Amino acid sequence: MQVEAQGHAPGVDPHEQHNARGYLIGLGYALALTIASFWAASTPFVYTPAVPVLLAALAIAQMGVHLAFFLHISSAPDQANNFLALAFGLFVSGLIIFGSLMIMAHLNHHMMPMDQLMQMQR
Amino acid sequence: MSAGEETLHSPPGVPLSLRGPAPIRVVAGFGFWLFLLSDIIAFAALFATYAVLCHSTAGGPTGPELFDKPRVFLETMCLLASSVTCGFGSIAIFRNDARAMYFWMGITFLLGVCFLNMEGREFASMMAIGAGPSHSAFLSAFFTLVGTHGLHVSVGLIWLIVMLLQVATLGFKPMVIRRFYCFGLFWHALDIVWIGVFTIVYLGANSGHAG
Repeated sequence: MQVEAQGHAPGVDPHEQHNARGYLIGLGYALALTIASFWAASTPFVYTPAVPVLLAALAIAQMGVHLAFFLHISSAPDQANNFLALAFGLFVSGLIIFGSLMIMAHLNHHMMPMDQLMQMQR
Repeated sequence: MSAGEETLHSPPGVPLSLRGPAPIRVVAGFGFWLFLLSDIIAFAALFATYAVLCHSTAGGPTGPELFDKPRVFLETMCLLASSVTCGFGSIAIFRNDARAMYFWMGITFLLGVCFLNMEGREFASMMAIGAGPSHSAFLSAFFTLVGTHGLHVSVGLIWLIVMLLQVATLGFKPMVIRRFYCFGLFWHALDIVWIGVFTIVYLGANSGHAG
């Protein structure tokens, strides 16, 4: 396999694009993970506080399946640009989501209870 | 190889600076990929807003009271199936098979319409019982996040119609193939965002920690 000089655009896998097998494999995985998510959210068999973690794991796995089988992103050498861009996008998304949650939780924690606040305003 | 692909293979020993410009297909695809990532970052901000506000129901209805899981499952199946048929459509494009392309992209379009229809009915039923976006912070965040995703799907459907018209009038020209392939990326990326939506909004809402 030859590494193309300027890399590949995302979504183009020159070795896979002529068959539907990749999409069908991806569909199988995605279906299994989706059904597992909906099952995990409503089942009594999973310890309740662990459900959000399980859901997060299933969602991240399914996003990975979509990236690999539908968008054809991989860590191959000729995809270095796409992969780095993806890593940066995920990094910024993570900062935004977890940063917001952390800051807002802190603000909530340190806020004066509402009844005291009302008394001060009198 | 597809009609639009310019093959610029260089021998491995040539340094990067002497290899010349990348083919336009790679440049366009990479640029669109950067746009998609910035779009996903915008969605990340909406997800963060929702996660912060999802317990601020202001005495109004909460998520588990409003959400209809079987319908969400059907919506998810619609989007997943449309992602796969869109993939089949792009295979047909690479094979220069216009009839197969119309068939698969037509199904993609119909599945997208089904999804939007279900989402629209959900929004309408929520508004009908007074749970509109102005009722609480939770509902504002919900309508913004899910509505933005729905808006993206609508834009994708319009784009798909435009692409089908371009194929009908221009045929499989390199630039049409390039655009079609950006559309495919867009459609798959929307499905990835939907995974976050159904996990965090529709399924995460049920799990424990009331605030």
